[in-house]
Amino acid sequence: MIYLELFLTFFKIGAFTFGGGYAMLPLIQEAVLEKGWADAESLIDFVAVSESTPGPFAVNLATYVGSDTAGIPGALCATLGVVLPSFIVILIVAGFYERFRSSFAVRGVMSGLKPAVVGLIGAAALSVFVTVFLPDGLSVSLLSSPVLYISAALFAVSVLLSQKKAHPVMIILISALIGVGCGYIFNL
Amino acid sequence: MKEKLRKLPELFVTFLKIGAFTFGGGYAMIPLIQKEAVEKKGWIKDDDILEIVAIAESTPGPIAVNAATFVGFRTAGFWGAFSATLGLVIPSFAIILLISFLLREFREIRAVRYAFIGIRAAVLALIVRALISMYKQSPKKIISYVIMAASLILVAFFRINVIFVILGCGLCGLVFSLIERRRQAK
Repeated sequence: MIYLELFLTFFKIGAFTFGGGYAMLPLIQEAVLEKGWADAESLIDFVAVSESTPGPFAVNLATYVGSDTAGIPGALCATLGVVLPSFIVILIVAGFYERFRSSFAVRGVMSGLKPAVVGLIGAAALSVFVTVFLPDGLSVSLLSSPVLYISAALFAVSVLLSQKKAHPVMIILISALIGVGCGYIFNL
Repeated sequence: MKEKLRKLPELFVTFLKIGAFTFGGGYAMIPLIQKEAVEKKGWIKDDDILEIVAIAESTPGPIAVNAATFVGFRTAGFWGAFSATLGLVIPSFAIILLISFLLREFREIRAVRYAFIGIRAAVLALIVRALISMYKQSPKKIISYVIMAASLILVAFFRINVIFVILGCGLCGLVFSLIERRRQAK
């Protein structure tokens, strides 16, 4: 039953993501690719759309995967799943948040989770890197593909813009425009 | 009771606005919550904002959803939390639903295909940016670097289930904090 599966998967993702947003990416990658709900390239496209539309990134991404997999009911199940753990935990914690926040155990666990999130986002970045730059694995034909050079140039431009504190939506829009331009010029 | 009931539609509309006008969610939303919930409505105090960020960070789930639920609960109890969270999520849901249907129709168009070739490279840059910002927030101790490297290698190269890695790293953090506390006590 796809709806239940979407709900449970995103419930798990919601319950195990700390730090929100991109920290969720490795979990979503793992679940979505394993279940075959989307391929690696589409997932990156979902990330781009989720980043460049208003609203919480994680909710956007869940809605997108749900909608693409099983239409409106799918989107509903995935979104409900990703939001519910937050909702329940905050309701429980809100009553004694003072004690929760200053608790030794919570601070101890967080001191392990913060660096873990860095490692996990690193793993997600590696996997996206492979999808963008080495879609067919390492091969000789790779070096003759203009897509590789365009992607490398755009990655450099995006990093530069990002260092100049450009807004993510701006970075995505600029890259999209350059992508369209290069696409027609090189007739990809 | 009546006082609380009256706040429900207000909470809903306020977070609907916040959901519709923040890009990227999470931290981008905090200044907006501050403006609406502290300055305009007086639902919470200024100090509470820092508290909310701290709580939202140390509980699982999207930071924006955590913050909305928390403000809603503090303002009007369970139904307050419900109204605020529902309001926050609805714009996302509607917009993404629309875009996902549109993109499915237009994905094969050449210009759209080209645009996404460009966008994918940008997404990688944005992930690297998130990586750097999370790195800066992480504690600067040897054990933190070990956990970073271990979680990266376990997930990227050994394909270990991410949830196990998260549980293991949380446990590591707790154990090492205990060891450190004992050492300081001596």
